[in-house]
Amino acid sequence: MSDPAPPPAIPDERTLRVEALARVEGEGAMYVRTSGGRVAEVELQIYEPPRFFEAFLRGRSYTEPPDITARICGICPVAYQMSACLAIEDACGVTLDGPLADLRRLLYCGEWIESHVLHIYLLHAPDFLGYPSALALARDQADAVQQGLDLKKTGNDLVDLIGGRAVHPVNVRVGGFYRVPTRRELAPMREALLVARDQAEAMIRWVAGFDIPDFERDYVFVALRDPDRYAVVGGELGSSAGWSAPIAEFDDHVHEEHVARSNALRAHLSDGGPYLVGPLARYSLNSAQLSEGAQAAAADAGLGPTCRNPFQSIVVRSVETLHAIDEALAIIERYDEPDVAAVEVVPRAGVGHGATEAPRGLLYHRYDLDDQGLVLDARIVPPTSQNQAAIEDDLAGFVDRHLDLDDETLTLRCEQAIRNYDPCISCATHFLDLTIEDDDGAGPGATDRRPPGRRGR
Amino acid sequence: MAASRKPTLAVWKFASCDGCQLTLLDCEDELLAIAGGVEVAHFLEASSATVAGPYDLSLVEGSITTPGDLERIRRVRAQSTTLVAIGACATAGGIQALRNYADVDDYLSVVYAHPEYIETLATSTAIADHVTVDLELRGCPISKGQLLDVIGAYLHGRRPDLSTASVCLECKQRGNVCVAVAGGTPCLGPITQAGCGALCPSYLRGCYGCFGPVEGANVAGLVDDLHRQGLTDPDIVRMLRTFNGYADAFREASLALGGTPVTITASPERAS
Repeated sequence: MSDPAPPPAIPDERTLRVEALARVEGEGAMYVRTSGGRVAEVELQIYEPPRFFEAFLRGRSYTEPPDITARICGICPVAYQMSACLAIEDACGVTLDGPLADLRRLLYCGEWIESHVLHIYLLHAPDFLGYPSALALARDQADAVQQGLDLKKTGNDLVDLIGGRAVHPVNVRVGGFYRVPTRRELAPMREALLVARDQAEAMIRWVAGFDIPDFERDYVFVALRDPDRYAVVGGELGSSAGWSAPIAEFDDHVHEEHVARSNALRAHLSDGGPYLVGPLARYSLNSAQLSEGAQAAAADAGLGPTCRNPFQSIVVRSVETLHAIDEALAIIERYDEPDVAAVEVVPRAGVGHGATEAPRGLLYHRYDLDDQGLVLDARIVPPTSQNQAAIEDDLAGFVDRHLDLDDETLTLRCEQAIRNYDPCISCATHFLDLTIEDDDGAGPGATDRRPPGRRGR
Repeated sequence: MAASRKPTLAVWKFASCDGCQLTLLDCEDELLAIAGGVEVAHFLEASSATVAGPYDLSLVEGSITTPGDLERIRRVRAQSTTLVAIGACATAGGIQALRNYADVDDYLSVVYAHPEYIETLATSTAIADHVTVDLELRGCPISKGQLLDVIGAYLHGRRPDLSTASVCLECKQRGNVCVAVAGGTPCLGPITQAGCGALCPSYLRGCYGCFGPVEGANVAGLVDDLHRQGLTDPDIVRMLRTFNGYADAFREASLALGGTPVTITASPERAS
């Protein structure tokens, strides 16, 4: 100890590799190669097997995509159900308003709470605090973790109450719901949400105190915008680049590309540039529309009106959680049971577009229906495939600035940078099998994490 | 290793939506207690720390859809003392088993501009089609209560208490009015295994078969009823072919109704 060894020289050629990313939804890998003191190659590799949703949706009835596409993602099924409903209703010339639209937002608030809190406590906070998992963190901070679990449960309870169950709710249909709750049924939820409100404020203070790397990025943000509220269900496309557009023009602004080595289609803007969707984009475009309490908590947590540091996404998610609680409380307050649980949706030939803000970002659906209401063509663009280019840019930028860190520390930081996005690889996989570059250099620990049988040929 | 060590739990994912393993994280009131009773040795969605096998209890989510996964499930089996398949993907191939009724090359061309980049099997199949499975937990998604019961049963060395009745029994137990008889709503409850607590009829909706066919299901009898309710053969085929659409009883009945309601034409528009 008294005679410290000189720091090891940083080699010119370095490879950082994580064969199976942990604490993300789905199966992905990370590969970074540096050469001559600069980043030469960065890849977020997606090897989650393809499931072909867009193919087997063809020939299904217009009533089915909400239930079928929910199965793309067990973490954000409501997002899929809502985007599907909006797109099909758009094709059929139906728009929901009043209590039915409110109930959809209320259900979505539940999903935001459970998904954001799952990510904050169970997937992301361990990175900031130096633990491999929330279970390990709970050995030292049991109260904090249990409080997070309690808050998550309130979100799940809300989805459960409106939707019937937390994963793949059964009560959503094109046109509305099968059964709507009574005011009386919603009342106990109000009490739980008031408790959750205090827990969310404590959560914001907790994450604001984390050691957050200083790392600003120059993103182009894209999120839904709605003059009346912090947009979640529907609205218009808005961008920090100054454009806005109806959701029906999504295709004019976003192109998907199929690149080798990833099982997700990769999206970029029509000018060829990467963009970012999700909490940072929503917050930066729409923070003035957050609930008063959420705006105050954001200011206390040190956030300005926009946020360009991806490592602060955990703070933004916690602020959005508080907003979702406030919005849920407001909806419950004004709720009057609608006369019908669903409006009639008569199928007709045509194309419909729908977009909502999944917890991870913009989720776009488009359906082309025939006059019997059968799906001729379906297109689904999930948030993580839109963010893939931004994630890789973040990794390259972060590694470039931190080449002084040793491989282990830098790899952990890179994983954390990926988790900034709460990537949902189950969603992004459009649904592929990736060939990982053949390399037997992984040590014995890494071998355990490598999904066997996925080697290159 | 000491004889009193905690049993090791591993959670594995194959082709799936993550919803069934998420059900474990959704046990908010029980999660820390479970973590106290077992050593969570491999659960990538929850922890970046992994412990090498063998594992006492493996929960396997997802279906087998790639050549690599075919090898991987054999390795998981070899490392696991008890292997429980969780959810409709693992027990019946899941919604992605709809490819089994189609030409997977057509599917590839619909979704991907460069099908040659993709490595996939022509079929999506259940875990038990490839390795010995000690227990199957049905559902899309699985029931939290059943999952806790299975883990509890494992820890205490008792048999899990899993109903093998139909959804109809659960519906009667809840005191629901029958949506099919009283409301004329098409309902798969009579041929679907219990486990959800008759959720859909409780929400005034017909059961859509998340827990798959009940043992001894009289599918032909129900198909007659559905015909009487005005459903066409393609309607019924679609009802049977969802998340458990490749489970034996649903598959056979849908094939007996003839035709494939899914027609795929390659999409020219997805250029790279």
